[in-house]
Amino acid sequence: MAAELTQSGAEILLRALRDQGVEVIFGYPGGAVLPIYDALFQQNSIRHILVRHEQAAVHAAEGYARSTGRVGCVLVTSGPGATNAVTGLVDALMDSIPIVCLTGQVPTHLIGNDAFQEADTTGITRPATKHNYLVKRPEDLARVVHEAFYVASHGRPGPVVIDLPKDIVINKAPYAEPTGQHPSYRPRTEPDADQIAKAVALLKGAKRPVIYAGGGVINAGPEASALLTEFARTTGFPITNTLMGLGSYPASDPQFLGMLGMHGTYEANLVMHGCDVMLAIGARFDDRITGRLDAFSQGSQKIHIDIDGSSINKNVAVDIPIVADAGKALAALLAAWKASDAPVDKPALASWWRQIDAWREKKSLKFTQDMKRGGIIKPQYAIQRLYEITRARKQEVFITTEVGQHQMWAAQHFNFEKPNRWMTSGGLGTMGYGLPAAMGVQLAHPDALVIDIAGEASIQMNIQEMGTLAQYRLPVKIFILNNQYMGMVRQWQELLHGSRYSETYSNALPDFVKLAESYHATGMRAQSVEELDAVIHAMLDCPTAVIADIAVDQAENCFPMIPSGAAHNEMLLGPEHEASGAGITDAGLALV
Amino acid sequence: MPGISDTTQRSATISVLVDNEAGVLARVIGLFSGRGYNIDSLTVAPVDEAGRRSRINIVTSGTSMVIEQIKAQLDRLVPVHRVADLTMDGPHVARELALVKVICTGEQRVEALQVGTSFRARVVDTTLGSFVFELTGATEKIDAFIELMRNLGLAEVSRSGIAALARGTRVI
Ligand SMILES: Cc1cc2nc3c(=O)[nH]c(=O)nc-3n(C[C@H](O)[C@H](O)[C@H](O)COP(=O)(O)OP(=O)(O)OC[C@H]3O[C@@H](n4cnc5c(N)ncnc54)[C@H](O)[C@@H]3O)c2cc1C
Ligand SMILES: Cc1ncc(C[n+]2csc(CCOP(=O)(O)OP(=O)(O)O)c2C)c(N)n1
Ligand SMILES: [Mg+2]
Repeated sequence: MAAELTQSGAEILLRALRDQGVEVIFGYPGGAVLPIYDALFQQNSIRHILVRHEQAAVHAAEGYARSTGRVGCVLVTSGPGATNAVTGLVDALMDSIPIVCLTGQVPTHLIGNDAFQEADTTGITRPATKHNYLVKRPEDLARVVHEAFYVASHGRPGPVVIDLPKDIVINKAPYAEPTGQHPSYRPRTEPDADQIAKAVALLKGAKRPVIYAGGGVINAGPEASALLTEFARTTGFPITNTLMGLGSYPASDPQFLGMLGMHGTYEANLVMHGCDVMLAIGARFDDRITGRLDAFSQGSQKIHIDIDGSSINKNVAVDIPIVADAGKALAALLAAWKASDAPVDKPALASWWRQIDAWREKKSLKFTQDMKRGGIIKPQYAIQRLYEITRARKQEVFITTEVGQHQMWAAQHFNFEKPNRWMTSGGLGTMGYGLPAAMGVQLAHPDALVIDIAGEASIQMNIQEMGTLAQYRLPVKIFILNNQYMGMVRQWQELLHGSRYSETYSNALPDFVKLAESYHATGMRAQSVEELDAVIHAMLDCPTAVIADIAVDQAENCFPMIPSGAAHNEMLLGPEHEASGAGITDAGLALV
Repeated sequence: MPGISDTTQRSATISVLVDNEAGVLARVIGLFSGRGYNIDSLTVAPVDEAGRRSRINIVTSGTSMVIEQIKAQLDRLVPVHRVADLTMDGPHVARELALVKVICTGEQRVEALQVGTSFRARVVDTTLGSFVFELTGATEKIDAFIELMRNLGLAEVSRSGIAALARGTRVI
């Protein structure tokens, strides 16, 4: 006879979460999850962080996950709780962030009856998650929780939803210990030795190589970033990072070319365009990278390492596909490179570097700051000063961003030396990501400096989380580059739509200083260049959460820019440079 | 084997072994509709004794790159165990079943029966004014049968979609 069951589904759930190492859960209560909240109330090992909107709970869990390498955990109620979480789930799916999201559901006998606060959560979230579950039997509950954590964190990471009908969490349920395995899901992580040998043979003979490393290297853990650095230094090859890969290679290293892609550096994009061998690692040839596909790096042979076979040959056909974990593949490449006695073409590499140095001379990120009293702050300068001042303080710094020009300027001008320090919404480009993500980061790293580099429009999308910062005394710093426009959209309107600024002016802005104060935080403002440093210092010295409202040049555009539908060598450079590049084609106009 | 950058369209019969769990078919179909892939035919049924595994057979079309992508996308679904491209992996047999109703009288009745016989179709229902033929075979054979019946009172068709297996000792 089965042992008598003594614990409710909710208690079993929390026990399973504990066994999965969950310490923090971001959530918001409601009718369907009341039994879970009751169980949370009666224990101390899992800390619940009450957000102000369910979307923010997921972004906070993303920030927590990306900055620690662990799985982020979310708890929301049925119906509107679950639908509010969807944007966060898709964000995590696009950026490969491991999340387990528990959603309440109406009791099993009411499912399908249009019951109060019922939504078809598994139906709605099927394309928004890596996988999802509806628990229909108490005996499945613990196993499903363990499986969900396994699926979220193995292979290509992603969000997993567990939909929990109310009767399942109320009724008694049996426990099952985690097995550390999944009955059938077995993503490949070990590289094929023959493919590695082929890759090394190709790399050794390269005359104009490049390493193009993305977010997958960060997913693979800090050891993978260390191996990437070692591999690049051993080979002497130039290396570029995607937006999601920043920090996987130290930005201060002379071999680093900066970010590539639509707003990447001149040298990174021309190296991609002109290379003869490309080593892509944990990067997915996103359209922000490739520009016009039929003009993308036509002359190169390509090696692509990715843990997800569907990322390979999706947009760009490659010559040597390697399905593997980035860290394991890099270790294998390094060993095979060292073991191979094939010579490298030193003269060719030296002339490649001379070419690269000539491209670097363009200084494609340069800008001019008027240093006179009353000078308008250039947004790039504000980021540069933020970087220099925080670096001088030698504190651990984590940066999150919202979405827009400020995000790109942050990527260009804030240099990252280590992985997991840069949290941004790349794939979905979700305005409103940065503040809740920063909450999650600050919770995981209470003593670190956590800064959300924001735009005045984006910050309003999850501004209610100021309340969460206050409740948990999270000293997050919100650094708003306030250009009074949805700058990134305004820039496209200027370049593509005859400067008709349709609905992109940030009208009726709040007074951010007062807004900060009403949320128990500190507000400060810099209007012109001579005020900037003092505000940054005051912000960093402040023990509370801060909103620093930095008035920046409204007309500034983000360059370089490869317009949609253009090729890498048709880049637009800024006003600092001679007129350049392509016009925008009609085909390009249709792209995003 | 055509290279990955070959841009000609081809048809592919893909068999997928999946855990027979709730939502798995929706996941597969959602993948096709969400990513804009074609489904020309789709069948699904449990295939092991315990009813834990189902086999889904999908006929689709696209360039080599798209078909490789479809396979990779299927393969990454958590409840998917195996994905096989029967068209590329070697010879295979593919069959479907059709029920074809014709409503006719007089001369046409005789002719319809004759066509039925030559296609080895079985008559599974008869009334004075109608027949239902049952026919199995390759898709082209069924297409041809239906074509012929158009002039002989074709009223309604119900097709199973294809079931497919590799020839010889190979299993997926
Ligand atoms: C306004 C805006 C502008 C943008 N401009 C740019 C730009 O100029 N440049 C730019 O780079 N991006 C830009 N982006 C971001 C862009 O949209 C993509 O999000 C980004 O380029 C994708 O980065 P990635 O290729 O590194 O892939 P990610 O999305 O990080 O995907 C990671 C890849 O690695 C794989 N992977 C995961 N785990 C592992 C592992 N353990 N081992 C191996 N592989 C693994 C995954 O399967 C996936 O293929 C912009 C975004 C916005 C919002
Ligand atoms: C939720 C959401 N809605 C719309 C967009 C489209 N969009 C991209 S950037 C942007 C403007 C952002 O403005 P702001 O936050 O002020 O940043 P800026 O570009 O001015 O630095 C908009 C509307 C988006 N990315 N996300
Ligand atoms: Mg703005």
